[in-house]
Amino acid sequence: MARLKFLCDADRCIECNACATVCKNEHEVPWGMVRRRVVTINDGETDERSVAVSCMHCTDAPCVAVCPTSTLYQTDLGIVLHDKDNCIGCGYCFYACPFGAPQFPEATLMGSRGKMDKCTYCAGGPEENGSEAEFKKYGRNRIAEGKLPICAEVCSTRALLAGDGDVVGEIYRERVIHRGYGSGAWGWKTAYYPDEKS
Amino acid sequence: MLKRRSARAASSRRNVIASAQGDQGIDRRSFLRNSGLAGLSLGAIGSVGAGRLAQAQPTVAPGITRHKTICPFCSVGCSIWGEVENGVWVGQEPVFESPINQGTHCAKGAAAREVAIGERRLKYPMKKEGGEWVRISWEQAISEIGEGFGRIRETYGPESVFWLGSAKFSNEMSYLFRKFAAFWGTNNVDHQARICHSTTVAGVANTYGYGAMTNTFNDIRNAKSIIIIGGNPAEAHPVSMLHVLNGKENGAKMVVVDPRFTRTAAHADEYVRIRPGTDVGFLWGLARIILENGWEDREYLDQRVWGFDKIRSEIDHWTTDEVERVTGIPPEQMERIARTLAENRPGTLIWCMGLTQSTIGNNKTRAASILQLILGNIGKTGGGANIFRGHDNVQGATDLGVACDSLPAYYGLSEDAWKHWARVWDVPYDYLRGRFSSKDLMEKEGIPVSRWMDAVLEDEQNVDQPHNFKGLVFWGHASNSQTRGIERKQALEAAEMVVIVDPHPTQTAIENERTDGLYLLPSGTTMECAGSVTNSSRSLQWREKVVDPIFEAKSDYEILYLMAREFGFAEEMFKHTAISSNQPAPEDVLREINRGTWTIGYTGQSPERLKAHMNNQASFDSITLLGKGGDVEGQYYCLPWPSWGDPQLRHPGTPLLYDTSKPVAQGGLPFRARWGVEHDGETLLAEDSFTKGSAIRDGYPEISMGVLEAMGWAGELTAKERLIITAIAADRYRHDMLSLSETEASAAIRAIEKAAEEEQQDDNVISESWGGGDAGALAADDEPVTERFPEFTDNALEAISAYLSNQPEPGEGESLSLAERIRRVNWKTDLSGGLQRVAIAHGLAPYGNGKARCAVWTFPDEVPRHREPLFTARRDLLPDYETYEDRRLWRLPVLYKSIQQVDYAKDFPLTMTSGRLVEFEGGGDETRSNKWLAEFQQQMFVELNPADAGRANVGSGEFCWVHTPNGKIRVKALVTRRVGEGTVFLPFHFAGVWMGQDLSGRYPQGTVPYVTGESVNTIQTYGYDAVTQMQETKATLCRITADGEIGGENGAA
Repeated sequence: MARLKFLCDADRCIECNACATVCKNEHEVPWGMVRRRVVTINDGETDERSVAVSCMHCTDAPCVAVCPTSTLYQTDLGIVLHDKDNCIGCGYCFYACPFGAPQFPEATLMGSRGKMDKCTYCAGGPEENGSEAEFKKYGRNRIAEGKLPICAEVCSTRALLAGDGDVVGEIYRERVIHRGYGSGAWGWKTAYYPDEKS
Repeated sequence: MLKRRSARAASSRRNVIASAQGDQGIDRRSFLRNSGLAGLSLGAIGSVGAGRLAQAQPTVAPGITRHKTICPFCSVGCSIWGEVENGVWVGQEPVFESPINQGTHCAKGAAAREVAIGERRLKYPMKKEGGEWVRISWEQAISEIGEGFGRIRETYGPESVFWLGSAKFSNEMSYLFRKFAAFWGTNNVDHQARICHSTTVAGVANTYGYGAMTNTFNDIRNAKSIIIIGGNPAEAHPVSMLHVLNGKENGAKMVVVDPRFTRTAAHADEYVRIRPGTDVGFLWGLARIILENGWEDREYLDQRVWGFDKIRSEIDHWTTDEVERVTGIPPEQMERIARTLAENRPGTLIWCMGLTQSTIGNNKTRAASILQLILGNIGKTGGGANIFRGHDNVQGATDLGVACDSLPAYYGLSEDAWKHWARVWDVPYDYLRGRFSSKDLMEKEGIPVSRWMDAVLEDEQNVDQPHNFKGLVFWGHASNSQTRGIERKQALEAAEMVVIVDPHPTQTAIENERTDGLYLLPSGTTMECAGSVTNSSRSLQWREKVVDPIFEAKSDYEILYLMAREFGFAEEMFKHTAISSNQPAPEDVLREINRGTWTIGYTGQSPERLKAHMNNQASFDSITLLGKGGDVEGQYYCLPWPSWGDPQLRHPGTPLLYDTSKPVAQGGLPFRARWGVEHDGETLLAEDSFTKGSAIRDGYPEISMGVLEAMGWAGELTAKERLIITAIAADRYRHDMLSLSETEASAAIRAIEKAAEEEQQDDNVISESWGGGDAGALAADDEPVTERFPEFTDNALEAISAYLSNQPEPGEGESLSLAERIRRVNWKTDLSGGLQRVAIAHGLAPYGNGKARCAVWTFPDEVPRHREPLFTARRDLLPDYETYEDRRLWRLPVLYKSIQQVDYAKDFPLTMTSGRLVEFEGGGDETRSNKWLAEFQQQMFVELNPADAGRANVGSGEFCWVHTPNGKIRVKALVTRRVGEGTVFLPFHFAGVWMGQDLSGRYPQGTVPYVTGESVNTIQTYGYDAVTQMQETKATLCRITADGEIGGENGAA
């Protein structure tokens, strides 16, 4: 069984924000919420590097482990989805996540966070595939349409890869061998089992 | 337990993927590849194209139609699928088969759909009445504008209306807009290229022959070295980085030269910090090291370059010490870069606004062009001067003459040029002449966009036309892209009438305090109409209309047609264009363009051919762009101009300019013989260098009927071609000649010759001359030519003689015989395309085979040299690098020395430069009104070095004031070492705040962009290139003060 993964090649990411923007455009994510963002470290310094960050759909996802209401769940393709109807906005997933992926739309005086939102790997949620209810809560379900996540599909420099972990890993391996530098596949070891064959 | 839903949720997904595989007959691996990964896996091993052929076409839901359009932002030219349901644009999908972007986008392209569904658009025509915005109907708007401009035309003449067009126009709209200005009767028409790459066009065209990017984006993958000067493609052209980074991964050394450590620089092997405005010193410094070490391409220089000796002394001046003194670049870095460029050939040189937007922009672009000649990098795959143009169709709008100094296709404004276009337009020359105030003004370049405010405000006796500007039209061009905000505001208020045609109100509508005489017309975006669009690498992609213009907006075509009708010349202007519901058909317009643009080969790109290319994108190689099968076999993607001859010739387009390794018929070209055949007693024609398969194995002049006769090839012309050439010479050309049969054409030739004989009592050599036998006898005596062009082949000498014998202009009262006039019909004026066809059949380039040149004897600086910016902190350099004397150019006085001699550096010690951000484009009204983009860039800012921030007592994230001699703006400080000490950087896309004052209240209701901010151009200072009037935006002076220190004075919160 394939495992779907993201990989961001920090040697190619130019912080053009296509991934972050297209995600909002595709899923009509409201102002203030970002399912994917580009983080630049050492901004303006000679060792500046940018990486696109979202939910990494971890192999052993800590958010799934800590969620008290089983809002978070993982499909057998490895995609971590969430069921908004169950979410109580407790924020445990946010604390557990190494990537800061979970987003909360409302913050009130009493600390209520609203229902969690995050990257769905463009795979919607528990509602019927392609239904209006699914779109409203989770955005478009591209996986059901036979497509990959839109962020990776439009990445300007093909820094962000998505797909079967074996294929992604092989593509990246070939790329690094070809260019002879840059093997920092960002987030790969944190999100996926280091010993997993890929 | 934790995965309890997995079975349900996952099973549906598994089914989906399984069925996708079943339907498409491909395995998972290819499925994944096809959905966006092909470029990577195969790109890594160097054959990207193959993977795309098996691309999965995801199914489209019933009721949804797909339309392929081209991204409306930068000039890379990315394809986009728009999915439309019930007339509404509901989805956007990547176009993996596009050989240019291969499915990729930047932030702007990724949010393109929002542009055409945006809620903040201008929704209906409006006008200011008593200080309030009032909604009006289209009928009322057009009739009131017609009346107002009609009154201005009657009172002050046609020169008093300024028609500012746009780089967002399609080619067809660009062409119509220029034609419209001609029918209105003025050359006061211009667009963004003036303030974007005009110095590139002038500089490069005067060095190589054509002012355009020489190679393609994809070809950068073949480069061995990549040097980017004054460009930040990671933000301005992100998708180009797909190819640049691929080139780097293939082993190319990447060097970025910029005052600012840009996002692009972060990916370079070497970053060079340069003092703003000193690029000529840097380029000549490299040239000097290359020459000292004998690394120049000597054979290339001897065969293909003229005037190299003329620049030697200027190059020799730039020792590494002098380079360091002027540019701040240390000698060891200069040595290292020179060695990198010399040892890694072919190398490509990329430049953008950092070189062009300068008072010496033309010097910088020429020095860059010459450096590539010294290295022998032009006309080679992997080499080239890859000038990334700005807007999506700035190349096309430039080519089609939305410019105050030329008719379409760079024909200029001479009587001959007007007569050529009168023939193409099928209107009498005298009709056009009658539209202008005088023949003099008809042939005199107009006032450029950078100077329109001076044309309004300057004393009338200082403006070289009857009256100042009284009416202003801003059609797809926001005023905050032009410098000197205060003058702009005054001029907008002083004009009698201002009309803005745009999808958004723009800063133009709100930066003035007019109470009346201000009109807003909502136009559709580029994706709401069809037409062709030329990307930076000269490919003409056909853009489908995705949806009809939304709200009450109308397409640019329709608005222009309605105005032409209002002014009473629609019938003449659209004579050969089908009109349905007030919409001119873009296909017909393109066919008319094809019939007239011989100079740059926009003649082969018929709408049918372009559409075939768009429908077969997957058939093109993703590196060479060569079609590999079907209808497009052997043609280059979207026929990069020049695509010579008429569409029937099926010329494949020219992907790499000046590439002699291919025959002209297959996209090869030499340098253009643009400046005659000799200068200062030296040949300007190539020596021992020619394109593959050339019948003349040497340099040769441009093709004319006389040259064809001398070569004995005139007999190869068809009767129709001969008829048209004769008719043009006899001034009897008629549009319907294009559709005559061969027999009819033969009869018609005899009729014309007879009529002309009777009229002129002409000699009777005419019919003989068609045989081509004795034309050589008409040439000047052969002796001097052989001496003047020693070692040239015999047939080259014949061609040169024929060319020279047809050169001298007839004296006063002297008239030419018809035969002589026929010989003077050339590759640019022959509307039959016969001359080009026959020349290419013999392997010749229609424009001749000349040398590139290092010196331009008609420019203020014949040899490119450094001159300090008008506002410079380096007063110590002024004795050596002073600017020009004040002068009069383009109908206006232009100041140089009188500004530079004032020492502003005392009060404004920091150097100020400006540039782009990835989320926004141009004046930013469109992109800041796009909610997906606006969210990621909400704040106008100034980048300050920690040392300068400390001195000004400004902390990161705090507001501060940036002052220049032109005013002050309040922006947030971003303290960063991205800029060096003494330099500050500001992005330029913001508007809606004016020197601390929020102007949001001035927008019509519901049209305020999501993000507003101070515009850097409010305070940008005076300064214009001496050749093109490009504005200076990259090197001026400023001072920073903390917010509190001045807040009270300005009343800012």
